[in-house]
Amino acid sequence: MKTPTEWYLIVSALLFTIGTVGVLVRRNALVIFMSIELQLNAVNLTLVAFSRQWGNLVGQVLAFFSMTVAAAEVVVGLAIIVALYRKRGTANVDDANLLRW
Amino acid sequence: MGILILFWATATVAVASAIAMLFMRNAVHSALMLIVNFFCIAVFFLMLGSQFLFVVQIIVYAGAIMVLFLFVIMLLGVDPQERLRERIPGQRWVALLLGAGLVAEIVVAVRLGLGLSSGHAARLAALNRGGNVRALAGVLFNRYFFPFEVTSVLLIVAAVGVVLLGRRQAGDASARSGASSGATGTGPAQVMPGPGSEPGGDLERVP
Repeated sequence: MKTPTEWYLIVSALLFTIGTVGVLVRRNALVIFMSIELQLNAVNLTLVAFSRQWGNLVGQVLAFFSMTVAAAEVVVGLAIIVALYRKRGTANVDDANLLRW
Repeated sequence: MGILILFWATATVAVASAIAMLFMRNAVHSALMLIVNFFCIAVFFLMLGSQFLFVVQIIVYAGAIMVLFLFVIMLLGVDPQERLRERIPGQRWVALLLGAGLVAEIVVAVRLGLGLSSGHAARLAALNRGGNVRALAGVLFNRYFFPFEVTSVLLIVAAVGVVLLGRRQAGDASARSGASSGATGTGPAQVMPGPGSEPGGDLERVP
């Protein structure tokens, strides 16, 4: 008994949308970052599901690269949040208006 | 039959933990819910025949990245009440509406495009016969060898960038509270032009 690929894609769509709504709704920079992680994971799930759908391993390799890029992205993003917190004393994204004049 | 039960249980927990992450007031609770969600996605990877990514998901995401998140939360402290005033009026409802629209759109697209098939799953099972790690290494180190090496450059660039961003500089709030020069530290404080020449230029003055 095989589970259809469609189910995985729909779960992935739900997770991606929850991540999107999290980015739009939350104001804490750390929680926004976690929502972005959720979106990345949803896309990884899609890649692995399609890897099984087409019967080759390229999707899994791509998901592996995506994890690496996500790790680098998280490290840089958290460093920016820490730098912002040192400067402004808050992790609220509404207070970060350094580029506005 | 068992795999269907496993799928639906994991899917329920995954979506529920994601929604819980969205609604938790405390950032630490959000992080814990996200760890639950990562474990669910790892189970999905296992069900899709990708044992290597199952292990990597748990070690890298649920282990390394979430520990990094928790360290930063610990460093910054938790402010329990997030301000609820919206800069753009009605933003929350518009976001929910657009999210529902996005889900509907993707579901329709998947329905029309794929239907209820599991594709060439047997072919993947044949590829995985000698072990998923070995099969994956065969693809990764032959066809995708150059991107693999470029990835290491990316990681080094990220590490150097983080060291630069995380450096404590003269003109910081914390550096100013101490003695103005020399007492705060050895190296980086003296490299910068002068303490207090620009009050609070942390992000603008990345060299």
